[in-house]
Amino acid sequence: MSVEAIERGFADPVHDAQKVFRAALDAMAHPGRIARLASSLTPPSPLLGTSASLLLALADYETSIWLDDTLSENPAVSDFLRFHTGARLTRQRREADFAVIAAPADMPALATFAEGTPEYPDRSTTLIVQVEALANHGWHFSGPGIRERMAFSAAPVPADFPQQLAANRAHFPRGVDLIFVTSVELAALPRSTRIVESA
Amino acid sequence: MSDAATYNFGYLDEQTKRMIRRALLKAMAIPGYQVPFASREMPMPYGWGTGGVQVTASVLGADDTLKVIDQGADDTTNAVSIRKFFERTAGIATTTHTSEATVIQTRHRIPEAPLREGQILVYQVPIPEPLRFLEPRETETRRLHALEDYGLMQVKLYEDIARHGHIATTYAYPVKVDGRYIMDPSPTPKFDNPKMDMCPAIQLFGAGREKRIYALPPYTKVVSLDFEDHPFERTKFDRGCALCGSEGIYLDEVVTDDRGGRMFVCSDTDFCESQRAAPSEAGHGLHEVPR
Repeated sequence: MSVEAIERGFADPVHDAQKVFRAALDAMAHPGRIARLASSLTPPSPLLGTSASLLLALADYETSIWLDDTLSENPAVSDFLRFHTGARLTRQRREADFAVIAAPADMPALATFAEGTPEYPDRSTTLIVQVEALANHGWHFSGPGIRERMAFSAAPVPADFPQQLAANRAHFPRGVDLIFVTSVELAALPRSTRIVESA
Repeated sequence: MSDAATYNFGYLDEQTKRMIRRALLKAMAIPGYQVPFASREMPMPYGWGTGGVQVTASVLGADDTLKVIDQGADDTTNAVSIRKFFERTAGIATTTHTSEATVIQTRHRIPEAPLREGQILVYQVPIPEPLRFLEPRETETRRLHALEDYGLMQVKLYEDIARHGHIATTYAYPVKVDGRYIMDPSPTPKFDNPKMDMCPAIQLFGAGREKRIYALPPYTKVVSLDFEDHPFERTKFDRGCALCGSEGIYLDEVVTDDRGGRMFVCSDTDFCESQRAAPSEAGHGLHEVPR
């Protein structure tokens, strides 16, 4: 195991994890709302501190994490996550509780991750997507957590991403939930959110 | 807080909090769907709000201000003991004022003062499954929810009308969330149902014995079930509060002696106190209670 793989975790595990969770809860409660997510973590590249914070706050030995090829290329990322969370790393997208994506432009289709079952739609993957920019323009959304309409977009993403989001919503209550992060921000698109305009 | 030093912040261990937090995020993403969770044994009996307490403990941070109500009251046994529990195990600030609270745990009312964005309302839920008394098997109710097969519930409400001439359900009145899941709003009086609709606050529901968590994100459509010719009606009172004079709020009947004396007062104690503190023409003294 390399030295960077045991780069330190939360300075205050109890309260740091709580703050990160509340940021995630607020993001899920207000789809498309961009909020700051301060992170003091310096995980091995290309894992961002914000992604690492979410995983340290939410993942443990009961969960499994899928990493995209870009993240898998650096074994220190897997070691870091194993060391701090105790989570299993999986290569099967349909088995993953969490998936982390560092190369969003080439990310696998949303439909290839776990969507849950009609009886248990919660048995699904939560995607943490590392992007370069989040913005409150672009696509338009409605649904729970949104008073009327919300403009939001993330870049880069695959060209057919709006269609993928619409298909994800069409499977409701099955589907995946997305948390987008930059190095300092987060925003979420839960499966309940409807895309009303993709321009 | 020397005796709190032996507990983790908020009593629960971190692994339990992570498990509950994951369930809360799923609940937020699938409004009205009951997420199973590994409910823990708490240092209080089932029925005293173990589900709500576990949700609150998982949500609470050091800078939160907690309010706990039992029905509308801050000063009844359940509310006082849960508030003390978190004062001792988390050392956080508590309040009885709705406007000052960031997290409000309730059994089962929604405060009269409007909730705002940034607040979290945590409900203690005894029986989370709205279809349970119509279909006892969990495997079947899961399937009914999966297929969105809610005819049974409409039949139940229809039977109310056939028997009583109107929908006689006055609490735990079923709601439909964002046009999909039918949800039990916990045994909150149906008077409070309209407050759930498009509420700016986050609403979280915890059922400890039944091991279920569900949620309503802010600004979510919550519709009380009804029929075109028998629309949902909010409980109406033909008088105001005997203490503060407020009208259009939920009242409790209080027996005052053994000769049939009674008065109706606000169920929300904080609301009643704030109304009485504010100078108002509507204010009444106790001696003016109408018979």
